[in-house]
Amino acid sequence: MTVESTAARKPRRSAGSKAGGTGTGRTTRAGAGKSAEPELVQLLTPEGKRVKNAKNAEFVQYVAGVTPEDLRGLYRDMVLTRRFDAEATSLQRQGELGLWASLLGQEAAQIGSGRALRDDDYVFPTYREHGVAWCRGVDPTNLLGMFRGVNNGGWDPNGNNFHLYTIVIGSQTLHATGYAMGVAMDGADSAVIAYFGDGASSQGDVAESFTFSAVYNAPVVFFCQNNQWAISEPTEKQTRVPLYQRAQGYGFPGVRVDGNDVLACLAVTRWALERARNGEGPTLVEAYTYRMGAHTTSDDPTKYRADEERESWEAKDPILRLRRHLEASNHTDEGFFAELEAESEALGRRVREAVRAMPDPDHFAIFENVYADGHALVDEERAQFAAYQESFATESDSGFAAGTGGN
Amino acid sequence: MADNVTTKNLALAKAINESLRRALETDPKVLVMGEDVGKLGGVFRVTDGLQKDFGESRVIDTPLAESGIVGTAIGMALRGYRPVVEIQFDGFVFPAYDQIVTQLAKMHARSLGKVKMPVVVRIPYGGGIGAVEHHSESPEALFAHVSGLKIVSPSNASDAYWMMQQAIQSDDPVIFFEPKRRYWDKGEVNTEAIPGPLHKAQVVREGTDLTLVAYGPMVKLCQEVAAAAAEEGKNLEVLDLRSVSPMDFDSIQTSVEKTRRLVVVHEAPVFFGSGAEIAARITERCFYHLEAPVLRVGGYHAPYPPARLEEEYLPGLDRVLDAVDRALAY
Ligand SMILES: Cc1ncc(C[n+]2csc(CCOP(=O)(O)OP(=O)(O)O)c2C)c(N)n1
Repeated sequence: MTVESTAARKPRRSAGSKAGGTGTGRTTRAGAGKSAEPELVQLLTPEGKRVKNAKNAEFVQYVAGVTPEDLRGLYRDMVLTRRFDAEATSLQRQGELGLWASLLGQEAAQIGSGRALRDDDYVFPTYREHGVAWCRGVDPTNLLGMFRGVNNGGWDPNGNNFHLYTIVIGSQTLHATGYAMGVAMDGADSAVIAYFGDGASSQGDVAESFTFSAVYNAPVVFFCQNNQWAISEPTEKQTRVPLYQRAQGYGFPGVRVDGNDVLACLAVTRWALERARNGEGPTLVEAYTYRMGAHTTSDDPTKYRADEERESWEAKDPILRLRRHLEASNHTDEGFFAELEAESEALGRRVREAVRAMPDPDHFAIFENVYADGHALVDEERAQFAAYQESFATESDSGFAAGTGGN
Repeated sequence: MADNVTTKNLALAKAINESLRRALETDPKVLVMGEDVGKLGGVFRVTDGLQKDFGESRVIDTPLAESGIVGTAIGMALRGYRPVVEIQFDGFVFPAYDQIVTQLAKMHARSLGKVKMPVVVRIPYGGGIGAVEHHSESPEALFAHVSGLKIVSPSNASDAYWMMQQAIQSDDPVIFFEPKRRYWDKGEVNTEAIPGPLHKAQVVREGTDLTLVAYGPMVKLCQEVAAAAAEEGKNLEVLDLRSVSPMDFDSIQTSVEKTRRLVVVHEAPVFFGSGAEIAARITERCFYHLEAPVLRVGGYHAPYPPARLEEEYLPGLDRVLDAVDRALAY
């Protein structure tokens, strides 16, 4: 085999397929021979209309009890999450944060799935799940510590059953699986959800988590946010089949949901969680969505993707969609939006002030929590560090200077 | 030299880029692989423009799977290719660690020398750029402990250019640690020069009172330390190791026999680090020459800290000067 022949067999991308609507383009190609029907589960069109079709029939019951108040709640969650995200992005631009991974465009996937969870369920996020964290009641300012560079996490995962952000791609899917195996061993009926991206689906850890969860029938929901890109690489560079179809090979169901439709995400996640609770094992949910911003604030998407693509997805904006629905159904009045606007602004202000007030960590934090039991070498290095600092304090008034430890 | 058109002033990252370009041009078997190396040119733009000029089958955007990247590179090497793979950041090499340690490193020995493994694994490493977790580590000792791997780290643009040429030409696997905080430092690169041996250390500043040994990102720091010490009348020699495995102990010995004092500086944790190996060997070789114990300056036995603490964690001018003073005080 030569590399040339590999190249010849590489997937051909038809022009514009990346921008190709709600997945029709790609699913058609992958499901060659099948109908061109979108494989997406959708309950709310981009115009904000409720739809009923064969594909969503199984799932509508899971949102049958959703009240107008619930809908307003989902809307509020999405708006506030977006506001928080926008604030964090500008704080990064102002030098208050070292980096930010924006969730812009993925609000419905995160709020829909996040609101499907029960308090005793456990969440394993990656590093972009700010909306899910919001649903879990994690104070948004807690998410900013690692991006500001003052800690490597910053919250107690057991406080809200929301694990720490995981930066190494895919690792957390195995943790989720193991946790879920433990839940099953305990005879509990809570469920576990693992978030990851389309890029992550290529990692060995993710494949192994599929294997383990299937073999042990673990109560875990794999929630893949396919936002179309892994930094500069489109999903085509990770897979030749729609991602949700991967599940079949492992022996559990996979479903693709319109990730910009908060109601559909809620319904499908509830369904998957119910399966887990009923002892029916893992499910893969692929939320088909779009990363509207850069991968992170250090990324430059103009190097690899066209503006038109983003524009086509803006038409499917998850927040706009629900707003249209709320307005068309007379579920809101102007007061609602005005109040929410004010609440948003207040949140932005609170986040901004909290970040600016966030102190740099104590220098000795380097040596904290390295071991649960303590360790002689750490103690020795801490003492050297302290002695070295002291030597500077007496020598000049130039304040703190670099420590000596590690020598 | 003045009108030598082959000398260019290049940033270290650009020097690697030009070196890869040269390798791709001269040897059709050379391939570049990794996450985002194509259109984006890598997150540090080290592979910028290469896919445009050499095509998608020679500059390959891979799936997001490090074990896959190294494992398939091994297969391609078995087929006669010379892959140069990029691991995006130091902390992400571990999914590939199994392939590197159990397969890449051992294939030559396992095949009784029948199989060559001309694979280069490029890893931007080290701290000082204010990044989040897993983006600032120095795992070289974890690889140096493994036989069958060569480990190198250039400190300047010229070495980056030439050492990459040599790494690609090597029939052994080379872990090529790129000092990411020096990516933007410029230096003269003579693309026609005849480079010195890949594993030879280089005296980058002559001195008589003490030897500072470093590699990669810490060489520049040690040069600054030597300059600062010179103002206090101390005459330090600075040795750029360039290669961690094999290591040029002869050059360290020669220098230490002259200066009689040695301080080793690296970013990686001191405990079980490359400095420990240097201290042990040099103590053995130069016992009667040494006027002071070999001292080491490096990271702590603690996770790499969040960005706002990294200045405390990383060896800086003062910490190295302090070690120099202590060595001189014996
Ligand atoms: C093991 C590992 N390799 C590489 C990286 C660098 N990296 C960070 S995010 C990312 C892309 C992730 O894409 P995807 O899984 O689709 O998630 P998204 O960021 O799009 O939500 C890469 C390559 C990493 N964090 N971990």
